[in-house]
Amino acid sequence: MTLKQVSALDWRRQDDPGSNVVLQQVRVFDPRAGIDSNHDLVIRDGEIAELATPGSVAPAEGLEIIDCHGLWALPAFFDPHVHLRTPGGEAAEDLDTGTRAAAAGGYCGVIGMANTRPPVDTPADIRSLRLRARNDAQVPVGFVACATKGMQGEELTDGTQLADAGAVGISDDGLPIRSARIMRRLLQYQRITGLQIALHEEEHELAAGGSMHEGELSARLGVGGIPALSEVLMIMRDIELADLEDARIHVQHLSARQSVEVIARALERGVKVTSEATPHHLVLTNDATATLDANFKMNPPLRTEDDRQALIEGLRDGTITCIATDHAPHPVERKDVPFEEAAMGVTGLETAFPVIYTELVKPGVLDLGLVVDKMSSGAAAFDFEPPSLQVGSEANVTLFDPEADWIAGADGWESRSHNSCFTGRRMQGKTRMTIAAGRIAYRQREFVMGVAR
Amino acid sequence: MALEHLLTVDDLDRETIERIVARAGSFAEVSGRDIKKVPALRGRTVATLFYENSTRTSSSFELAAKRLSADVIPIKAGGSSVAKGESLEDTVRTLSAYGPEVIVLRAPWAGAGDMITRWTDAAVVNAGDGKREHPSQSLLDIYTLRRHFDSLEGKKIWIVGDILHSRVARSNARAFRTMGAHVTLCGPPTLLPPQMGEALGCEVTHDITGVDDADVIYTLRIQNERMNESFMPSLAEYVIGYQINSKRLGAKQLLMHPGPVNRGVELSADVVGAPNSLIEQQVESGLVVRMAILYELLAGGKRQMGETA
Repeated sequence: MTLKQVSALDWRRQDDPGSNVVLQQVRVFDPRAGIDSNHDLVIRDGEIAELATPGSVAPAEGLEIIDCHGLWALPAFFDPHVHLRTPGGEAAEDLDTGTRAAAAGGYCGVIGMANTRPPVDTPADIRSLRLRARNDAQVPVGFVACATKGMQGEELTDGTQLADAGAVGISDDGLPIRSARIMRRLLQYQRITGLQIALHEEEHELAAGGSMHEGELSARLGVGGIPALSEVLMIMRDIELADLEDARIHVQHLSARQSVEVIARALERGVKVTSEATPHHLVLTNDATATLDANFKMNPPLRTEDDRQALIEGLRDGTITCIATDHAPHPVERKDVPFEEAAMGVTGLETAFPVIYTELVKPGVLDLGLVVDKMSSGAAAFDFEPPSLQVGSEANVTLFDPEADWIAGADGWESRSHNSCFTGRRMQGKTRMTIAAGRIAYRQREFVMGVAR
Repeated sequence: MALEHLLTVDDLDRETIERIVARAGSFAEVSGRDIKKVPALRGRTVATLFYENSTRTSSSFELAAKRLSADVIPIKAGGSSVAKGESLEDTVRTLSAYGPEVIVLRAPWAGAGDMITRWTDAAVVNAGDGKREHPSQSLLDIYTLRRHFDSLEGKKIWIVGDILHSRVARSNARAFRTMGAHVTLCGPPTLLPPQMGEALGCEVTHDITGVDDADVIYTLRIQNERMNESFMPSLAEYVIGYQINSKRLGAKQLLMHPGPVNRGVELSADVVGAPNSLIEQQVESGLVVRMAILYELLAGGKRQMGETA
């Protein structure tokens, strides 16, 4: 299957002319293309036109020159798993604020989930969201549609029509597909829709009533536990079904060691399974929930140090395809309540790369190139070409300042919601500018640009 | 260590427990007098905020406050979910406008007591937060036992029943250990997962036969709804396996239960009123221990102000 460009997605600048910009004296780092050297990175008409000798590009009419000493140009990030809450949840987020958060986090594209109110389950819903994205979205955004009507898990949505309307995949994310029979039909029907199926894996009966990882802490606090096995069992089921039907699946937000191991074995057998891990599962453990602060409540829950290490290894050895945030905004009244009552989920777009850079790359746990790759490799799982900094590519660039030193949330958030599990944490590195599909999508407010005379 | 709040048994070291137990003892003398009131907390206000039904805990805290001459604001919050109606935050802020020095909170959510300390200047007493903790119960149970034992050091205490859903078990297991007792948890595996032992620092068994060896048998209430969730195949099955009855209760063993008792389920009717049953004493202890807790927070601790008793 040929991969689509990020520019095939909808956003407010999609009809603007492509930008003409020079990122002068920038470290160009694209691990997939094998590029790591200093250049004047020239973008013309929204394309990467030249990787010139540093300082060699002269000012010219209509060409913005930005001094990028000490900054890195990275392939912009792509998040296949965010919640933009439109329609129905605008108190938490909308297409504008959610994609502002994405742009500020260095993302050139995101995929919005369908568990809105009402759920996105018809071709008309998809068309309407795409139109709104053309007005509101600050970065290119794609939408998945529900896998089942009303997310009820009982009847398939109109897959071929959803594909025609421009859905980029299907998912009942937020809920598992409980019925193995329905799951099998979805996989069979994929042969004519071609749409990726993103799966929230949770054996509902085992997880019911749970608010945190089932273990010693949940036992001590008397809070209902969600066993790791509830995730593992469903992944096992769906891998076998995907194998049987020769279909492909994308497993969302892995949280447990056994999940990683099950997927590794499936990949060895040639099953078409991609997967993702979130920054919070890579950086935090269940210990963070000991204070019963609902900003550490999400599904799947934070698990043990052993599980966290398995996720890190899974990224390293290639078992896990990509890093995705599962950005899940909630208004304060759904979070500043007792833990067991609070909504599941945390925001993540604005902190994803900085927190992984600070906690995993700088201490030497994960290689920078690996992380930069994983920050956008999820695009391919949904048939989009991951950004490249090679000459001739559509410009999808994150300008990253590795020396920026900041406190998460201290200057507020671009997201309408503030339910970050990293609030108050010291971060190294920040996105200064994001170029998406050839157009400037974001500049940090205080980042002063040098403009050609 | 002066108490600022009573939120969990983690707030209680042995010295603090001894102090509260001793003070409860002196309040017990007052309770024997004709005029049972002392002026210790005159002019102070105690609010009780109960999101769950509880006859004995709410009434004993209210009466304890009155015996100490405090004013009492008893509030029964209707909704069982903060999502419905007024939020916990709004209720606590509104209540705090009356300036209570203590808020006693019973709520179905773990950590609710810790949470409301952000919204009020009052000292907060956790009178039960979800399935997590019930520290005043632990104090009254230790007080009750201390009327029979000089010390709990080395005493063998078995907690029997539905450990999984019990805040009393969670608090008592650790508080008894703080006092030097050796605690064993006993119940069917569905109501006593293996992590509980590790989490609470206790031994775990599913076999009741070893209970002969216990100095104290602490039984827990079995709720009927557990049957519907298949935590037990049937009541009969539980009775056969774990009921404490005259065959299982030795004459020298002390029997306790936090109430209310399901006669014929966790306890047979004949042992409830047996000479070695402390169940009634526990209720009596509840009053004086809760007086001592309020005194500790208001007159004995950090919030001491103006005249003291």
